[in-house]
Amino acid sequence: MKHEHAKTATQNACKLCNPLGACLAFRGIENCVPFLHGSQGCATYIRRYLISHYKEPIDIASSNFHEETAVFGGSHNLKIGLKNVSDQYKPDVIGVATTCLSETIGDDVPMILREYKKEFKNGSPMPIMIHASTPSYQGSHIDGFHAAVHASVKALAEKMPRQKLINLFPNMVSPADMRYLKEILGNFGVPYMMLPDYSQTMDGGPWAEYHRIPPGGTPASAITTAASAMASIEFGSTIEASKSAAGYLDVMFGVPAYHLPLPIGIKGSDKFFSLLETLTEEKRAEKYEDERRRLVDAYADGHKYVFDKRVIIYGEEDLVIGMTAFLREIGMVPVLCASGGKSGLLKKRIEELVPDMDELGIKVREGVDFVDIEDEAKILQPDFLIGNSKGYTMSRKNSIPLLRLGFPIHDRFGGQRMHHLGYRGTQELFDRIVNTVIEQRQNASSIGYTYM
Amino acid sequence: MMNDEKWCTCGACKTIGFQPRRGSIRVKGEEIPQQYFKGMAMEQIGILEGRERQVLEKNSDVAQADIACDTSSLSGSVSQRACVFCGSRVVLYPVADAIHLVHGPIGCAAYTWDIRGAVSSGPELHRLSFSTDLQEMDVIYGGEKKLYKSLIELIEQYKPKAAFIYSTCIVGLIGDDIEAVCKKVARETGIPVLPVHSEGFKGTKKDGYKAACHALMKLIGTGSTEDISKYSINILGEFNLAGEAWIIRQYYEKMGIEVVATLTGDGRIDAVRRAHGATLNVVQCSGSMTWLAKEMEEKYGIPYIRVSYFGIEDMSKSLYDVAVKFPDRPDIMEAAKQIVSEEVKTLYPSLQKFKKALTGKKAAIYVGGAFKTFSLIKALRSIGMSVVLAGSQTGNQDDYARLKEMCDEGTVIVDDSNPVELSKFILEKGADLLIGGVKERPIAFKLGIGFCDHNHERKIPLAGFIGMYNFALEVYQSVMSPVWQFAPRKGGTL
Repeated sequence: MKHEHAKTATQNACKLCNPLGACLAFRGIENCVPFLHGSQGCATYIRRYLISHYKEPIDIASSNFHEETAVFGGSHNLKIGLKNVSDQYKPDVIGVATTCLSETIGDDVPMILREYKKEFKNGSPMPIMIHASTPSYQGSHIDGFHAAVHASVKALAEKMPRQKLINLFPNMVSPADMRYLKEILGNFGVPYMMLPDYSQTMDGGPWAEYHRIPPGGTPASAITTAASAMASIEFGSTIEASKSAAGYLDVMFGVPAYHLPLPIGIKGSDKFFSLLETLTEEKRAEKYEDERRRLVDAYADGHKYVFDKRVIIYGEEDLVIGMTAFLREIGMVPVLCASGGKSGLLKKRIEELVPDMDELGIKVREGVDFVDIEDEAKILQPDFLIGNSKGYTMSRKNSIPLLRLGFPIHDRFGGQRMHHLGYRGTQELFDRIVNTVIEQRQNASSIGYTYM
Repeated sequence: MMNDEKWCTCGACKTIGFQPRRGSIRVKGEEIPQQYFKGMAMEQIGILEGRERQVLEKNSDVAQADIACDTSSLSGSVSQRACVFCGSRVVLYPVADAIHLVHGPIGCAAYTWDIRGAVSSGPELHRLSFSTDLQEMDVIYGGEKKLYKSLIELIEQYKPKAAFIYSTCIVGLIGDDIEAVCKKVARETGIPVLPVHSEGFKGTKKDGYKAACHALMKLIGTGSTEDISKYSINILGEFNLAGEAWIIRQYYEKMGIEVVATLTGDGRIDAVRRAHGATLNVVQCSGSMTWLAKEMEEKYGIPYIRVSYFGIEDMSKSLYDVAVKFPDRPDIMEAAKQIVSEEVKTLYPSLQKFKKALTGKKAAIYVGGAFKTFSLIKALRSIGMSVVLAGSQTGNQDDYARLKEMCDEGTVIVDDSNPVELSKFILEKGADLLIGGVKERPIAFKLGIGFCDHNHERKIPLAGFIGMYNFALEVYQSVMSPVWQFAPRKGGTL
């Protein structure tokens, strides 16, 4: 059966826009206010969108374009905006991301920032201003995320003597993942600089008063030291060279860059831990051996439920790649690996991790929307879908269960506390996957087995 | 306008023992008594420079100027407002048998995909997200071809009754001739293809409302008005969130009134086209639809009234106010009284549990339109709560004048507020509840106070008599939850 649909328009997008990623990354810098140079709506929509997942207040300032701004340029508005944000928020850092509007009218943001610094100099220290170019007509939210991380390192890292320090660029992972990564690095006893770190700013405790900027995040002073590190680890296999913070530090300051796929699954996690052992010349803490043992044991206990199960996995390309490697090591078949992103590398990277992908019938598609995925699903008949909440519409329509992970999750509770990485994250994912299968079988059974 | 005393002879008012606040409901143009306000110590509150005139604290002892509103948000502020596109998108969103194509880069469509709780009894095209997803090359060479092709394909695939094309910021810059593309596609496909000029930076959300109404105005008047009863209305600014339009419609139909079109809740293109056949326009969300009501009055001679379906008082009034427009049919008024009487008799006792628990609790209200604020103040009072902060994103001078009049002494009134300000006032005034939308929710929860979502994402109907029950229940469940004992403001540890 042939399923045709309108191809020119994007329907039910499997991606978000560039500035969203930048705002999220900027939230991972201590005492930083994300600032969108564009219309008010961009900031408001992105705040609303992030809130639906993280359930945290998220202040994003806007230069609030008007008609005259669009005609005469955004310089004036941007400067007033920066002044207002500086006065009201007293930030250490303002992360300025552009939008389609300011990019199209051709505002030279770096120049405006230089002018601002001159015009408003009054002796007292000024916030550090970082500029990420994030036109919405290029790439997707993940590009904005990396652009902001890259821009921050570029703006702040300074040459200084090599020291015992590891940089970790964790990619767009959950606050829970970030906490776990910090715990791991802490246990290795090695000083580290993780960027971004929104583990607290996007998943924090109650407040006695309103915090203009929530506590937590990577201090700007720590980012400054990134160039002195003995190594950078960057999770992600599709990051454009021009947006790779680790790549930048390697080229400019000779900090060796180690690019790993997101460490999901035993093999992926092993690689990460081994790398840390090599770099630090320390053994991993016993508790991680324990985590790994429990995970191997769980794989054994649950293997029959998941073997040969067919799934569609979608989301950011790097997440899809990491998940695909994991799914293969537990015997599942990701019949479609799909992303709204378009790096041109998705298939190549999956092939590197799963050399027999063609024999297994694993299909890879970049730049798709949910109608594309739905068309594929009708043919591929997967047992379930794995991805963010955006897949719910097609999941419901086609009665295919959806296992939620990644971002955004706005129809389940606790997305910000979900683990994906390392042995701990893999354990959580494996338990959830097995339970999804068990639940399906139990629901489908006419007997009502109480032991499954 | 209906005499207050007359509608209180329904019996229901006596049952619940509430006295109508005579003269408290004022129509635009009617003289509003001079109010006196005192300016606040702005530096203490941390109000952004340039926003001082958008905040007031009611104080009858001192003279003070009117609140400033109808302004654009300040650059660098974290406004809770959105943009022109957002205004257009929310108004037209519930039209369920039309394609809504967002012409621009992906964000604007992605962030508004299935975002509202507006439900449909039939087709659900409004719950899909369509975007021309403009790329760099389109920005350089123009997006007209892509727009044309997208439209032709989508119309072929979904067979909609019409298509709305929303321009976004970038389209206003690259100069795509959307009008021409729409005309061409309309000609070729035979359905109305309506451009919505909603470039984000060309004004405020209110301008977006107007752009949407403008598109609707083009449809109105193109359908047959044959068989439309003389006793008929359109409901404007009712978006059928959680099925609210169905509840309201049922009341009117019970009264013997034909509802020609609901704009735009559970909206259908064919109904919109016939809307000019109605005798009266009943405007619920005044901020978004008053412009349309005025246009229809001018072009088709259809008078309009403003109503609100929130709370017992305003809900009842919205039925009476319609009934009184059909004086030759006393049975309509009788039916209205009957409905109110029956509904209130069931509703009133069920509210007492909530009232008992909530009496003395304080609420803060920050919603999109000011008209809703009026109803919420009354609704909250009916369950024993007072309002310590009232504000809106888009209220006008008249709205704020009336708001001042309604509020208690010491109530803070804000226009186009931001999280910092809202939080300050919430804490200073010791609010137990915040009513707002998704963007306000985490502020309330962080500070450890209850929250009621009264925005367009709600899933439980809050309009109508049943809606008042749901509202009271939601407020009760949030304010009375034992979890707040751990909140720092209640002495919990940080």
